[in-house]
Amino acid sequence: MTLFGDVARWFADPAHYQGSDAVQTRIFEHVAVSGLAVLVGVLVALPIGLYLGHTGRFGLVAVNVANIGRAIPSLAAVALAIPIAGTLLGVENGLGFWPTFFALIPLALPPILTNAYVAVRDVDRDVIEAARGMGVSESGILGRIELPLAMPLVLAGMRTAAVNVIATATLGALVAFGGLGRYIVDGLALREYDRLFAGALLVALLAIAAELAFSAFERAAISPGIRPRSERSEDVARSGG
Amino acid sequence: MTPGEPLIRWDWIASHLDEFAFRLGEHFELTVIAVGVGLVIAFALSLLILRAPRTEGPITWVSGTLYTIPSLALFALLVPYTGFTVLTAEIGLVSYTLLILIRNIVRGIRGIPADVREAAVGMGYAPREILWRIELPLALAVIFAGIRVATISTIGLVTVTALIGQGGFGFLILTGMQRSFFTTEMIAGAVLSVALAGAADALLVLLQRRLTPWTRAA
Amino acid sequence: MRPAIRVAIPFIVAALVASACGGAGTSGGAKPAITIGSTNFSEQLVLGELYSQILEANGYPVTRKFNLGSREIVFPALQSGQIDMEADYLATLLAFVDKTATGSTDPKVTAAALQKALTPKGVTVLDYAPAVDQNGFVVTKATADKYKLAKLSDLAPVASQLVLGGPAECPNREFCALGLKSKYGITFKEFKALDTGGPLTVQALVGGQIDVALLFTSDATVALRGFVLLEDDKQLQLSDNVAPVVRNEYLTKAGDDFKKIVNSIAPKLTTAELTSMNKLVEVDKKDPKDVAKEWLNKQGLIK
Repeated sequence: MTLFGDVARWFADPAHYQGSDAVQTRIFEHVAVSGLAVLVGVLVALPIGLYLGHTGRFGLVAVNVANIGRAIPSLAAVALAIPIAGTLLGVENGLGFWPTFFALIPLALPPILTNAYVAVRDVDRDVIEAARGMGVSESGILGRIELPLAMPLVLAGMRTAAVNVIATATLGALVAFGGLGRYIVDGLALREYDRLFAGALLVALLAIAAELAFSAFERAAISPGIRPRSERSEDVARSGG
Repeated sequence: MTPGEPLIRWDWIASHLDEFAFRLGEHFELTVIAVGVGLVIAFALSLLILRAPRTEGPITWVSGTLYTIPSLALFALLVPYTGFTVLTAEIGLVSYTLLILIRNIVRGIRGIPADVREAAVGMGYAPREILWRIELPLALAVIFAGIRVATISTIGLVTVTALIGQGGFGFLILTGMQRSFFTTEMIAGAVLSVALAGAADALLVLLQRRLTPWTRAA
Repeated sequence: MRPAIRVAIPFIVAALVASACGGAGTSGGAKPAITIGSTNFSEQLVLGELYSQILEANGYPVTRKFNLGSREIVFPALQSGQIDMEADYLATLLAFVDKTATGSTDPKVTAAALQKALTPKGVTVLDYAPAVDQNGFVVTKATADKYKLAKLSDLAPVASQLVLGGPAECPNREFCALGLKSKYGITFKEFKALDTGGPLTVQALVGGQIDVALLFTSDATVALRGFVLLEDDKQLQLSDNVAPVVRNEYLTKAGDDFKKIVNSIAPKLTTAELTSMNKLVEVDKKDPKDVAKEWLNKQGLIK
């Protein structure tokens, strides 16, 4: 009666694919809240990071934002998101999806912002000077030179954000959200370790899938002319620079 | 939230300073043990990787996979084996530091230009001396970057251990949640945790500057 | 010196010092150290503090391990020795320990049945208090008016349209969803795992994410928020008097003095007293530690 056997049995049980606690429902909820949080992170942090990188301003802040984001205790973010969601969206939305979503945004923003900033700063100054000399506009420089060269590192930032968000979305179960965290929290409370492990396994698989997907994008995004630089598409935010 | 409750009750904060100090002690202890033990283990594994490059794949894979397991799940899975103890919390916390520490130690040492090593060999340094007296000092900046990240992450993760009966600032967050989302207490827990992370980071930067005076120009 | 070691040493030293400092409690005097545990709702923190403080006032070194989780986690911790004592409720603990046993509405009968079930587990239940805390099923006034609900039997015809919210254990518990089904024929549309009669459940009820909430009868929130507590007309809930349970292994170490001290609380702990203490903690945001201390002082149990 090993844990492994129990978990395998748990996955094989058709009852776990029906009803409101079904595996596919939980996966969907988890992907939905994570995907939305990362999307908002990209929409907000990417332009800011790129702009700051291009102009070189507030560099110290931009680089340290990743560290600050890491320091925010996710438990606190989730707990405080309840009053925030309740006040902003009314009591009917004060539990479940919205607090979880709000809590995940501060987790998604920092790696994307920092990586975008560093990636653009990293672009060879000579290339930019040459472009300026050729009369390319500022926005042209940003869009046609800096951004393509920065792409791998930018994607690496999104990768970190996605993995962090997917792992932390499990805490949403503490504020009445569903998602895969539900299996973990309920499994712990009920000492149903097969359920707990199944939930943990699914989250890990989801995170790994996100890792692999983004890694593939990063590789594809490397401009052919600079392929040897692929070694540096190390995740700056993750390694701390 | 209890209707009519202000966001922060300063009188509550003022009357609970000794509790904050107590939780600080718990939080600090959990963090220091995790980063300390993590550093020792990561160092050993990094040496292994540097000596036997074939081990890099499996070691990175294991530490990377541990990293993707959500913290609550990892702690919860350890509970049936090691109970609601500091050990359970530490096993989880140490696991999360490994990926970043190993990666930075290995990268730091690998990042040293080959000519430096060759010069050292030429000057008659033995391989062990090269590691301790040349490679590690030069790699210190990158290693420290990893230690900083690991420390800040750990401080954040310690809050989650409140869910398996440990203390630290997460205790304040958890009990705040249970008392009808007592925002004062939850905010106190969050702010103190972030403040500790900031202080730890600053201290580590100072320590790094002392240990590597030659990089001060950088 | 080797800078790398210089880096590592402070951490290792600090780690060793920290772990030494955080080591086991002192062995002060003749009284054996005790670890008191609790489950994860605020009344349990109050009860835990009551027992902790009265023992401390009498020279016992107490380690508090509160907020561990549900009974599914805490009771095994008691059996394995991770904790020595916890405060529990007669009928619910009986149903938990022995699913076949029948409790009763008479606490004396329930206590005897509980002791019978606990003896093979090496645990003893001490004196129970008049204070009772049972599962209560609660709806908002609006829901009560809409479906004409005053007692639990009224739920049976409409339950399939309603969502029940409570602790994760509820679907497995006789005094919760299981008993509602077998005794009242109530089957809900959906069950939402929230918390143990705490603010998440209250919030979900207020916000309409659930229609029926499991709260505790000693919780001041029901009256304060104007909720409607549905009457348990078929007596699903049995005598859930508060009673401390202790490991026999500790009792043999501690002797009669211990039992006398702990039992001094029971006669003074009425449901009204318990409810007012809960209100101070949950609504007035006082610390369980302070609330317990004030109560023990007021009752003359400690100086």
